[in-house]
Amino acid sequence: MTPRIIKHVLRDILRSRIAVAYTLFLFVAAMGLFNIGGDVSKGLVSILSVVLMIVPLMSLVFATIHFYNSYEFIELLSAQPLERRTILLGEYFGVATALSAAFLIGIGVPVLLYDRSTTGACIIAAGLLLTFVFVAIAFLGAVCTRDKARGMGVALLLWFFFALLFDGIVLFILFTFQDYPLEKATIALVALNPIDLARTFVLLQMDVSALMGMTGAVMQEFLGTALGVSYTLGVLMLWVIAPLLLALRVFRRKDL
Amino acid sequence: MIEASSITKTFGRLRALDEFSASLQPGHAYSLIGPNGSGKTTFIKCLLGTVIPDSGKLTLSGESLLNNPALRARIGYMPQIGRYPDNMRVAQLFDLLGEIREGSHCGRDEDLMQAFEIDKIASKPMRTLSGGTRQRVSACLAFLFNPDVLVLDEPTAGLDPVSVEVLKEKVISERKKGKLVLLTSHILSDLDEITTDVMFLMEGRLRFSRPIDDLRAETGEEKLGKLIAGLMKGTDQRGAKAP
Repeated sequence: MTPRIIKHVLRDILRSRIAVAYTLFLFVAAMGLFNIGGDVSKGLVSILSVVLMIVPLMSLVFATIHFYNSYEFIELLSAQPLERRTILLGEYFGVATALSAAFLIGIGVPVLLYDRSTTGACIIAAGLLLTFVFVAIAFLGAVCTRDKARGMGVALLLWFFFALLFDGIVLFILFTFQDYPLEKATIALVALNPIDLARTFVLLQMDVSALMGMTGAVMQEFLGTALGVSYTLGVLMLWVIAPLLLALRVFRRKDL
Repeated sequence: MIEASSITKTFGRLRALDEFSASLQPGHAYSLIGPNGSGKTTFIKCLLGTVIPDSGKLTLSGESLLNNPALRARIGYMPQIGRYPDNMRVAQLFDLLGEIREGSHCGRDEDLMQAFEIDKIASKPMRTLSGGTRQRVSACLAFLFNPDVLVLDEPTAGLDPVSVEVLKEKVISERKKGKLVLLTSHILSDLDEITTDVMFLMEGRLRFSRPIDDLRAETGEEKLGKLIAGLMKGTDQRGAKAP
């Protein structure tokens, strides 16, 4: 039954103006960044920065708004002969697929036009994974919070934490304990932030060690590229599954 | 047909349902009545599975309704506020619900769809419909799959007088076919003709459930509204007299 709900949620979102605007924004940004520098690889690095900021923000905010706007509909569905799990999975995959489609068109088409390298493919893979991660996190937040305004606050705080605050905390830790060997600790710390994981994952593919930052360099040295890639991808997958399972657990007993 | 025994549901410190017990029979139309916060909505939501009781039993024809989604195929629900995905078209909404209920219903009942001329608005997105039209869609969905139990939450709110009459007639005819109808409404006069039994809730408990004709004969009031007002005063006095 889940695929049928996915189909209807997907169709509903793809017709909304916000999904179209998101696609257009990504498309214009990517085209612009490729053309400004004149250098494709510089363009890719800029696109990566945009993807790492915008995709989590859009996924969190859009999924949260969608959940609260669909509240009465979810209530109606839960009064039908349907398992709660079916309803939440249907909504989750509907939203995540819709945002992924927008991302694929918005970023995928320009990347395909200007650059057909592995790096480009990795940026697209990272963006798609981040979409699934942050829609899952948004659903977990929305399922746990009854009030819409508070739910939006939670979503924005989470974005602020993962996109901005976390790096500050990591830097603070690294500076405070700089006398100790922190290489392995850094690798562990990266696992706590999906955005850093995605960044490391893409940078490992790029031949720009200067841009890799501490984490990237350490990871390449200690794990090697192949192991580093599987590590980042594996933990990113966990970031999809864990929040989703938690959300399902909470939703199963939730009073609507 | 529906048996509720000692259902308790608390929201924080509030006891919305407090050892609530009731027995509902087919062929009757029950009006749930009581002051705000008396547990009407919570009881309906327990029945529909949108609220999960802390304790107690709730059965439909002997089968537990708790943790048993498949049994909900026998219940039709018309919500108080029907909000649907903005860009979903009316026909798609009916398709989706049809797919969900596929194979678990006994025949489709499209009387209301015809009476409300749903086919004329089939291609419109849900967001463009007026509140009343959306209520008509909700009503059609409740009756469409021929369920044994009909739960109508404020069915007349927002409907125009013609639609209210159509809906009332439909409720009466379905009840006469032996279905169980459960209603809530703030506009009591609307329910006079379709109610057979009054269930009066207060502070999360069922105070009484009696045929409306008995109540009329006892209090001498014709209109349900006055009757209830009289009863509420009565309970207050009784409450005051209690030690």
